[in-house]
Amino acid sequence: MTRIDRTFQRLRAEGRKGFVSYVMAGDPDFDTSLAIVKGLPAAGVDVIELGLPFTDPMADGPTIQLAGQRALEAGMTLKRTLELARRFREDDDTTPIVLMGYYNPIYSHGVDRFLVDAKVAGIDGLIVVDLPPEEDEELCIPAQKAGLNFIRLATPTTDDRRLPKVLTNTSGFVYYVSITGITGAANAVATDVGPEVARIKAQTDLPVIVGFGIRTPETSRDIARVADGAVVGSAIVDLIGKGKSPDEVLEFVRGLAEGAHSA
Amino acid sequence: MANDLTNSYKTGPDENGRFGIFGGRFVSETLMPLILDLEAEYERAKTDDSFWAEMDFLWKHYVGRPSPLYFAERLTDHLGGAKVYMKRDELNHTGAHKINNVLGQIILARRMGKTRIIAETGAGQHGVATATVCAKFGLKCVVYMGAHDVERQKPNVFRMKLLGAEVIPVTSGRGTLKDAMNDALRDWVTNVRDTFYCIGTVAGPHPYPAMVRDFQSIIGKEAKEQMMEAEGRLPDTIIAAIGGGSNAMGLFFPFLDDKEVRIIGVEAGGKGVNEKMEHCASLTGGRPGVLHGNRTYLLQDADGQILEGFSISAGLDYPGIGPEHSWLHEVGRAEYVAITDAEALEAFKLCCEMEGIIPALEPSHALAHVMKIAPDLPPDHIICMNMCGRGDKDIFTVARALGWDMGQL
Ligand SMILES: Cc1ncc(COP(=O)(O)O)c(C=O)c1O
Repeated sequence: MTRIDRTFQRLRAEGRKGFVSYVMAGDPDFDTSLAIVKGLPAAGVDVIELGLPFTDPMADGPTIQLAGQRALEAGMTLKRTLELARRFREDDDTTPIVLMGYYNPIYSHGVDRFLVDAKVAGIDGLIVVDLPPEEDEELCIPAQKAGLNFIRLATPTTDDRRLPKVLTNTSGFVYYVSITGITGAANAVATDVGPEVARIKAQTDLPVIVGFGIRTPETSRDIARVADGAVVGSAIVDLIGKGKSPDEVLEFVRGLAEGAHSA
Repeated sequence: MANDLTNSYKTGPDENGRFGIFGGRFVSETLMPLILDLEAEYERAKTDDSFWAEMDFLWKHYVGRPSPLYFAERLTDHLGGAKVYMKRDELNHTGAHKINNVLGQIILARRMGKTRIIAETGAGQHGVATATVCAKFGLKCVVYMGAHDVERQKPNVFRMKLLGAEVIPVTSGRGTLKDAMNDALRDWVTNVRDTFYCIGTVAGPHPYPAMVRDFQSIIGKEAKEQMMEAEGRLPDTIIAAIGGGSNAMGLFFPFLDDKEVRIIGVEAGGKGVNEKMEHCASLTGGRPGVLHGNRTYLLQDADGQILEGFSISAGLDYPGIGPEHSWLHEVGRAEYVAITDAEALEAFKLCCEMEGIIPALEPSHALAHVMKIAPDLPPDHIICMNMCGRGDKDIFTVARALGWDMGQL
């Protein structure tokens, strides 16, 4: 069992919905980013998604593109991202961290070496946007063997015929992408999302968490109501991009988390 | 040996879209069902005579195929060695090889009921070809072009607009082809139901590299027949420039199993293949990585971050290369070399003066390599280079590089 599995077990036992936050590692710089990440659990975050900066984030909108550029300009790398996770782990051994990004930095580091290093750093799961089930041999299967969850995205284009393929070799939770599109673009609509979550839950016992297009405490609540939890990324990253202090960012996160927890 | 499949270089990709370890389908889940649909449709079309009949008709009457195979006599005399032939794809409608592939993809898009076409473009040639064919078929066309390329390829931007396309300048990254491709992919993820992504080179997720290669193979197929007619034998060496690698793959593919034919791909060496990475020579100066849906050689730093390339030629300014080239490089069937901006400019000038052909900067790279090797080869050695585009679009860039003031002519 990973920290992710334990977290969702606890939430289920408490009858509560989860709140997942995304921030880019090293945005706007290592120290500020670490301060924000360290404050997330106290702000109500159940699972931390940590963005791994990449020059060519094909599934991300301008907000997260710019966050990646800021991080890279401030000297962020895969190694420093793992270092940030390790520093977080020094005082928190329960909140799960999911590393989210693109395959090339991992491939460049070497998959086997990466899995060892990620595990040591206290990473619990991976979301790698450009690794669909068709490429499971690359990282998904080795990651699960190494004891890391491999979390898959299901999308509105994942039809019933394809869904079983997306759900095999996946673990931790299923991340339902509420819209066809990039991060930070359209708004998620609970009445659209509800039936889709039900469709996925009919085929898996894993928790289904919904992300993309959630920007306010109200949407966070509405979406969490029809799923096992909600993810917010761009709205938080926007504030970091505007130069808000860690305290201001965490205050905003607290509102979003309360939204999801009130569902 | 050409029919011996176990010994053939022409059997790739495998069912997972791989050429050796290269290629694949590294895309987000949202796009996965779309590329599987495209693959199924392409497999159907490939064996459908009516599909190829439509292609052949349009290639002949709309594009102007077959393009001539031309013996460059004065250039040959000047170089004083091998006999130099040019495959004249610059004479195609819209001025480059790009339209060979665009026609195929747009006919597929129509078969799939898609009504909106998106494309990325570097030099603007693929964008112009896409805008052209969309105009012909009454399809909506949106072209992503790096803001930096919009600046250096103004004539093509205007042509696309005249043809009714919407041109979106891309400002992310350094505003070149790679960034345009990212934004095109972002558009596709957003508009999955009605949109067809018409990729301009042999890159991207499977089935694009194979499909674009198949459409461009008309170049090599014609060249082979024409060379048999002209010389009664195959060329000794074939040479093409490489951005993503589509004109090169189109020339090379029909010759892959003719083992006596030497195959040379020419990458953009920019200011020189150095540690400062001021070039776009992915095979000469890069290493394998994953970008834009496939594994291939890429220009990247130690952390796996993609580097911006550098070339005077907007069409070659791409940090990757089609996966089949990466494979041909590793198995040693093709050789890859780099030519600098300065060498390409020399070839550009020589071609204008010796042959009365203003070449695009992209094939000027191929020609520069011909100029390097031809003098040392015997007179009965035949070289066929791909003159894949004309230089009208490049005259402003060349004027600037040569220090000419267009206002003072
Ligand atoms: C004339 C010409 N040649 C070559 C290229 C490079 O593409 P590829 O390597 O796919 O042929 C371009 C791209 O814009 C082009 O316009």
